[in-house]
Amino acid sequence: MGRYILRRLLQLIPVFIGTTFIIYSLVWAIPGNPFAGLCGPRGCPPSFVEQMTEQYNLDKPLPVQYVLYLGQLFQGNFGETFNGIEVSTLIQNAYPVTIKLATIALVFEAVIGIAAGILTALRGKGFVDNLVLAATLFLIAVPVFVSGFVIQVVLGVQLDWINPSVGSDPTIGELLIPGFVLGSLSMAYIARLTRTAMFENKRADYIRTATAKGLTPRRVVSVHMLRNSLIPVITFIGTDFGALMGGAIVTEGVFNIHGIGGLVYQAINKQEGVTVTGVVTLLVLVYLLMNLLVDILYAALDPRIRYD
Amino acid sequence: MRKRRMVAPVAASLSAALLAAGCGGGGGGVTEATGTLEDPITVKWGEPQTELVPTNSNDTNGGTVLNAMFTGLVEYDPETYEPRNAMAKSIERSDDKKTYTVKLKEGWKFHNGEEVTADNFVRAWNYTAYAPNGQQQASFFDRIEGYDEVHPADPDGDGPQKPPEPTAEKMSGLEVVDDHTFTITLKEPFAIFPETIGYEAFSPLPETFFEDKEGFAEHPIGNGPYEFESRTPNESLTLTRYEDYQGADAGNVDAIKLVVYEKSQTAYQDLQSGNLDMIDEIPTSALAGGRWKEELGDQAISRERLGITTLALPLYDEKFQDPKLRKALSMAIDRESIVKEIFNGAATAAEGWAASSTPGYEPGACGEWCTHDPARAKELLEEAGGFDGTMTLSYNADGAHKQWMEAVAGNIRNVLDIEVDMNPVPTFGTYQDKMDNQEMPGPYRYGWVADYPNVETFLKPLYGTDASANYTGYSSEKFDSKLAEADQAATEDKANELYLQAEKQLGQDMPVIPLFTNMVKGGKSERLSEAVMTPRNTPALTALKVAEQTQ
Repeated sequence: MGRYILRRLLQLIPVFIGTTFIIYSLVWAIPGNPFAGLCGPRGCPPSFVEQMTEQYNLDKPLPVQYVLYLGQLFQGNFGETFNGIEVSTLIQNAYPVTIKLATIALVFEAVIGIAAGILTALRGKGFVDNLVLAATLFLIAVPVFVSGFVIQVVLGVQLDWINPSVGSDPTIGELLIPGFVLGSLSMAYIARLTRTAMFENKRADYIRTATAKGLTPRRVVSVHMLRNSLIPVITFIGTDFGALMGGAIVTEGVFNIHGIGGLVYQAINKQEGVTVTGVVTLLVLVYLLMNLLVDILYAALDPRIRYD
Repeated sequence: MRKRRMVAPVAASLSAALLAAGCGGGGGGVTEATGTLEDPITVKWGEPQTELVPTNSNDTNGGTVLNAMFTGLVEYDPETYEPRNAMAKSIERSDDKKTYTVKLKEGWKFHNGEEVTADNFVRAWNYTAYAPNGQQQASFFDRIEGYDEVHPADPDGDGPQKPPEPTAEKMSGLEVVDDHTFTITLKEPFAIFPETIGYEAFSPLPETFFEDKEGFAEHPIGNGPYEFESRTPNESLTLTRYEDYQGADAGNVDAIKLVVYEKSQTAYQDLQSGNLDMIDEIPTSALAGGRWKEELGDQAISRERLGITTLALPLYDEKFQDPKLRKALSMAIDRESIVKEIFNGAATAAEGWAASSTPGYEPGACGEWCTHDPARAKELLEEAGGFDGTMTLSYNADGAHKQWMEAVAGNIRNVLDIEVDMNPVPTFGTYQDKMDNQEMPGPYRYGWVADYPNVETFLKPLYGTDASANYTGYSSEKFDSKLAEADQAATEDKANELYLQAEKQLGQDMPVIPLFTNMVKGGKSERLSEAVMTPRNTPALTALKVAEQTQ
C-alpha cells in the first residue's frame, strides 16, 4: 500500500509539468493582444503595452517564458494579475469559500441522495419510488442556473427568507442554499446509483445467507448490503468532490460567491494567463489527489481489492 | 416503521437549512449606524482592470474609486457636470494663450497628512507622461510642451519597431514657481484647456507614491473627499470620509463599501431585497419592457450619458471611399425605431457626433443624413455606384450589442439590398486589437465616452488626423484646420462655436455614422435619500445621502 501511494504521488510530477505547460501555452496562445482591451475605447498607448508585455515576459520565446514562470512558481510566487494583485492572495481568499461550498454540497448530495436511494430500494415499487424517480428526473433535467435563479428570486426577493447573494466572508448558514442548489444534480445521480446498486445486491447470495443465519434486518442492510452497494457511489462522490473543488462557475455567479470557479472564469475572459495557469494547476493537483483518495477508499470498502 | 424514520432527517436538514440561511437577511432599515463602518452604504462594483493609481487607470470601476479619492485642479459637478475649480485657486492664461499660471489653494493635505503642493502635481504629471513608465494615461499630457521629448511617438503604432528613446525625463512645459504656484506651457494654444483637466489622470500624487509604488497600489493615498480603508481583492473595497477635506464636494456618508458583483442580475436582486444600496447597471432581463422602471419606481436613476455609439467605417478599405455610400448607409438606418423597440426608449437617436447633453453643444450637425429616408438612401447608393459583395458588420460579443447590430444589419439589407454578414468578435480585447491594426472587415460598432464635458472630446481624439483614437484612418485638412482655429480662440465660447463648425465637416464626409446615445441607468435602495450617477456612468460617491431614520 505504501509503495502504491508513493508511486501514485511520483506520477503527479510529470502530470504537473505537462498540465502547467499545456495550460500556460494555451492561455497565452489565444489570438489578440491580452492588454489591448485594458484601456477602453481610447486604446492603450504603445508604451503601456510594451511595459506590460515585458512584465509578463511575453517578448521572449514560449519555452523561456514557461521556464521563467515555473521558476517563480517553485519559489512560491504565483505572479500578479493585470491589476497588480498577487494571484496567491486571490487563491487564499477564494479557496476557503470553495471548500466550504463544496463540502456543503457534498454533504447534501451524499446524505439526501443515499437516504433516498436506500428508501426506494427497500420499499420497492410504489409511490415513494415513483416520487423519487420523478424528482430526480426533474433535478437532472433542470440546469443549475435555472434552479439557482428561481430559488434566489423566490426565497430571496419574494419571500425575503434569505439574502439573494452571499456576503464577502460567508458563513456556513449563508452557503446552505447555494450548496443545496450546487449539490442537487449529483444528489439525483447518487439517489439513482444507490437505488440500483441496492436492488442488485438485494437478491445476492450473501444477503440470503446473512438473513438465513438469523442476523437482524438492520444489520443485513447496513453492514452487508449497504457497504457493498456504496462502492460505485463512493467513486462518484470522490470524482464529484474533485470537480466541486474546482469551483462552480454558475452557482458562484448566481449567488455572487467569490470562489475559485469565478476566479478562473474571469481570468479566462480577461486572458489573464498568470491567474489561469496558477489556479488551474492547483485544481489539477487537487483532482489527482482526490482520485488517489478514492482508490485508497476502495481498498477499505472492498477487501477483495488489494494494491501492490 | 423503520423506513419512515428515513424521511425525518431529510426534512429536518432541509428546514434547518432554510432557517440558518434566513439569519443573514438584510433588514433594509436606516439606523444610527447606517453609513458608518459598522453598517456601511454598499454600492455595486467590479474589479478595476488595472491597479488603483490615477495615472494608470482608465475603466469605470477604477474611476469610481479614484474620483472619490483624488481631487485635481478642476472637478466636474456630479449633477450638472459643469467644470469648476477644485484645488486650483485660479488658473490664468498668459497673453500668448499658451501658458497657464496655476495657483493652488493652501492648507490641503493628503490622507497621510502630507501637504499638497505644486510639486505633487508636476511630479505626478511628469511621471505619467514619461514613456518608460508605461502609464496608460500618458496621452492626456500630449498638449504640454516637451511631451514629445519624454514620450516620442512610435513610428508604427503597436508595430514591431521600437519608439526612439526619450531625450528628457521631464516635460519642459511644467515649472514649479513656489509651493503653491506652477506654470503649464502648451505646445499650441488650447482655449478649453482648464476645462479638460478635471479628469483623474491629472490628479496630484503624494511623496509616498514615488517612494513605494507597490505599497501605494495596495493602499492608495489621495487628497480627495474619501480615503482608503480596506480592500479584499475580488470581493470588496471600503472607503471612509476624509475628515479634513477642504473642498466643496465633500461626501455625506461616513463609510461606503464597494462590493464586487460578477452578475448585474444578482446585484439587481440584492438591491430589491435591501441587501445593496446602489447599482450602476440594470441587467438585460430587467430592461425588457421597461420592467426595471416599474420595479424600482422612485428608486430608479437615469440620465443621458456623455457618450455616443457609432457605426465606424473602415476608410482604409477601398470599398468605403465614397462619402455617398457612407451617407446611404446612414440614411438606411432607422435610429428612432432602434431606440424605441430595442432600448425601450432608454436611448436617444443621434443628430450629430457628440452626446446631445454635452454642455455648450448644439445637436443637428448630421442633419438630413441622420434621418431615415429609404428612397434617398437608395438614390445615394446608386450615385455611388452600388456596393459589391457582402458587407460584414462587426461588434464585440462580450457586450450587449447583438440585438441592435442585427437591427442595423436588417435596415441595410432591406433598404439598400446589400448582403450583410455579422461578425461577432468574442472579446473587447481582440476587438480593440483589430481596430488598432485597422483589420476590421467592414463597418463596426464603436462606443465613446467623453473624458471632459466639452464637445472637443468627441472630435479631436476620434477624427483628428492620426489622433489617439482615430482608428478609421479619417483625415480631413478642413476639419483639422477648423479644430486648430478653435484651439487658438480667445475665449472658451468662441472655441465652442468653432468646434461646432468643425463638426459640420463630418456631416460632409460621414467618416463614421452616428447612431444613438444610451441612458446611464442605475438604482438605489430606500436607505438612500439621494444617489447620483455621473454622465460618465459612474456612481458619484460624494453625492450619496443616507435617508432619515425610520424608527
